[in-house]
Amino acid sequence: MKRRSNEPIFWGLFGAGGVVAAVALPAMVLVTGLLGPTGLLGPEALAYERAAGFAGHWLGKLVLLALVVPPMWLAGHRIYHSLHDLGINAHRGLAKVVCYGLAALGSLLAVVALLGIR
Amino acid sequence: MSRRRPYVRSMDGWWRKNPFFVKYMLREGTSVLVGAYSAVVLWGLLALSAGPQAYAGWLAAMSHPFSIVFHLAVLVAVGYHAMTWFAVAPKTMPPLKLGGRAVPAATIVAAQYAGAAVASAVILGAVWGGGA
Repeated sequence: MKRRSNEPIFWGLFGAGGVVAAVALPAMVLVTGLLGPTGLLGPEALAYERAAGFAGHWLGKLVLLALVVPPMWLAGHRIYHSLHDLGINAHRGLAKVVCYGLAALGSLLAVVALLGIR
Repeated sequence: MSRRRPYVRSMDGWWRKNPFFVKYMLREGTSVLVGAYSAVVLWGLLALSAGPQAYAGWLAAMSHPFSIVFHLAVLVAVGYHAMTWFAVAPKTMPPLKLGGRAVPAATIVAAQYAGAAVASAVILGAVWGGGA
């Protein structure tokens, strides 16, 4: 019997990442990378107490998890398949482990970091 | 092992020969910046859980000119990703029917832009005005 492909799992995570990246990441980039650090959203927009307060609540943790984790899988999935598109076909198994492994590691670290914020 | 050495046409740079594939590779390429940005945000979360000092270090790094340039590039990349994602959604999602009729592709695309606009307003609004 043929072994079942694990592709649907990664494709599902990729799809979730694609939606989050398209719908929420432009605003996220503005907040964490452009308007926030330059003070254009208010001097205390990204202040520690505020950020820790938001991430300290369970709902805040869920929101941050939903914003941060899926795009990692979008990146891992697309980079893995782009390696083939670029003709880099040596060590396909290793490429898969590295691409999806980094996404998994990043997701795990995000969960650990969020659980550590009280 | 066979000593035959058949001619195999090179696939090098295949995508550069057709504008459609150039756009495809650009779209896929945006994922590199998405991944890099994810790592930066993850760093921020780890710093936040490590305490005020670590978080201050992350915030300082975020206001470095190099970081601003990086995030401008990420903004362009995710913007392009969003445009392409919304454009193909009518083809990739299950058929959507309202009142027995298929929803036109243009409506699906427009609805997604509206959804993204609302999500952006919510995110920016939630963060805006800190300390004011």
